[in-house]
Amino acid sequence: MITFEHIRKQFPDGTVAVDDLDLELPSGKITVFVGPSGCGKTTSLRMINRMVEPTSGRILVDGEDVLEKDPAVLRRGIGYVIQHAGLFPHRTVVDNVATVPHLLGRSKKERRAAAMELLERVGLPTAFADRYPSQLSGGQQQRVGVARALAADPPVMLMDEPFSAVDPVVRDQLQQEFLRLQSELGKTIALVTHDIDEAVKLGDTIAVFRAGGHLAQVGTPQELLERPADDFVRDFVGRDRGFRGLSFESAASLPVRPLGEVGGARLVLDDSGRPVCWEGPGVRGGSAPVEGTFTAHDSLRLVTDLALSSPVATAVRVDGAGRADGLVPHHDLVDHLAARRAPA
Amino acid sequence: MGDDTPYLLDGTHWSGPTGIPHLLLAHLGYTGVALLCGIAIALPVGLYIGHTGRGSFLAINAGNAGRSLPTLGLLMLMVTLMGLGFLPVLIALTVLVIPPILTTTYAGLRNVDRSAVDAAVGMGMRPWQVLWRVEVPMALPVMLGGLRSAALQVVATATVAASVGLSGLGRLLIDGLSVNDYGRVVAGAVVVAVLAIVLDLGLGLVQRYVVSPGVSGRGLRRRGARASAERLDPDLL
Repeated sequence: MITFEHIRKQFPDGTVAVDDLDLELPSGKITVFVGPSGCGKTTSLRMINRMVEPTSGRILVDGEDVLEKDPAVLRRGIGYVIQHAGLFPHRTVVDNVATVPHLLGRSKKERRAAAMELLERVGLPTAFADRYPSQLSGGQQQRVGVARALAADPPVMLMDEPFSAVDPVVRDQLQQEFLRLQSELGKTIALVTHDIDEAVKLGDTIAVFRAGGHLAQVGTPQELLERPADDFVRDFVGRDRGFRGLSFESAASLPVRPLGEVGGARLVLDDSGRPVCWEGPGVRGGSAPVEGTFTAHDSLRLVTDLALSSPVATAVRVDGAGRADGLVPHHDLVDHLAARRAPA
Repeated sequence: MGDDTPYLLDGTHWSGPTGIPHLLLAHLGYTGVALLCGIAIALPVGLYIGHTGRGSFLAINAGNAGRSLPTLGLLMLMVTLMGLGFLPVLIALTVLVIPPILTTTYAGLRNVDRSAVDAAVGMGMRPWQVLWRVEVPMALPVMLGGLRSAALQVVATATVAASVGLSGLGRLLIDGLSVNDYGRVVAGAVVVAVLAIVLDLGLGLVQRYVVSPGVSGRGLRRRGARASAERLDPDLL
């Protein structure tokens, strides 16, 4: 657990970056610091490993005051990932990953073995081990950056905009893998981003900062989207928070209709019962492929998106084996969404 | 000039205390000692300024001032002050070495990718480790560039030693001029030029071995190139 107690940071020029911050980051969870630029989120993150020294207050990592530790020793025990990876260009990938074990005095053989294992863990072929960073793409470099931060198996990780320097497709992939990795490792993670979508996707808890280093709201992504504390958070979360809030609601209780005719179109299945396309006079051009399906475990957001993009405004539900087992026309979905808000 | 044998091809010029090998060795000696002294002064200062960012005005001004001092004038001043000998020559040549080493060391370190330095500090390297394990290896191509240009300047300028009675390849120039033996003057110029080229090639070779391929890009397959395509990049030295 990481605890901020009355943390204040005033820079020599008088700017107050963080003002009286009290915050707890639970162990084994991802806490996202989000906010507009200049809100003190990065400063707060960097105070945890003393890259920035607080003006007053205390920061405890698992009960120990970071200000009482030797900064270099403290930092070797905390994983650190930054925006452009910050790999050492003169060292090979495996040597980059082994940086902290090297600092800790581990043997060369031990370092290399650990680094190789981590490369696989973050989804890089071990053939990359002896390449140099300049031979890797941005996404691959960032994976190496994550592997490097994990090399000494620190309980705590600090990540400063780790996925914002890569293109959206790669970012999405990295985020997915990061969540998978975290589900295996259960680190205590503080992650800074300016992107509220990333915060919602990755955070177990989100701390929204506002300019001047004040906390605007701390809560789960769902709380933030459904009950913004004030206008600032409401604006920051964005206009389509109602739609995005559906990500947290399961499609399990959504009523479905049996397979059949919908709006002048018929769902065509293959031999094993998987949906193939819509056919009938209700479809423009007579036929259109089924571009996506959902299962009972998916979110209402996906169902809504499928219904909106379907040629016949109907989402198709499938079972675990991919066989179609129900239809949700968009008006049924709207009724369901309205009903969940109605008083019981 | 009754003798048509070119100076360099006359065997008698290749032995004895005024022979070319002897002069060459003396010349190299002056060059080497001046380089070492210059490095001993400029490198620590450059590393300090580049690493901390403190006193960068010093690096820039010392660099500019040093470059604008005429070596011959400085040498005469030193001789006037301290008499003949090796020391005035050494001082004059060292002053020549300091600016390129100082400015390239400083500039090399300052241009190191800040995110790599941030990562190094954030992972728990101490300042000394950041300097030697991250900043210097990344700044090495620029720093060695400074060393090469310093070496070239000194090897060419060390001829001034002869003007105050010392040895070195400058003897061929000074003595040749004094007896109107232009063959000897040309021979001196040629030997100095060849020596400069050989020295630069040698340092270039050293650079190939001490700079990480990850920094120089030498011999690396470019990103995206398939494993089967052993493509080398000839553009990068």
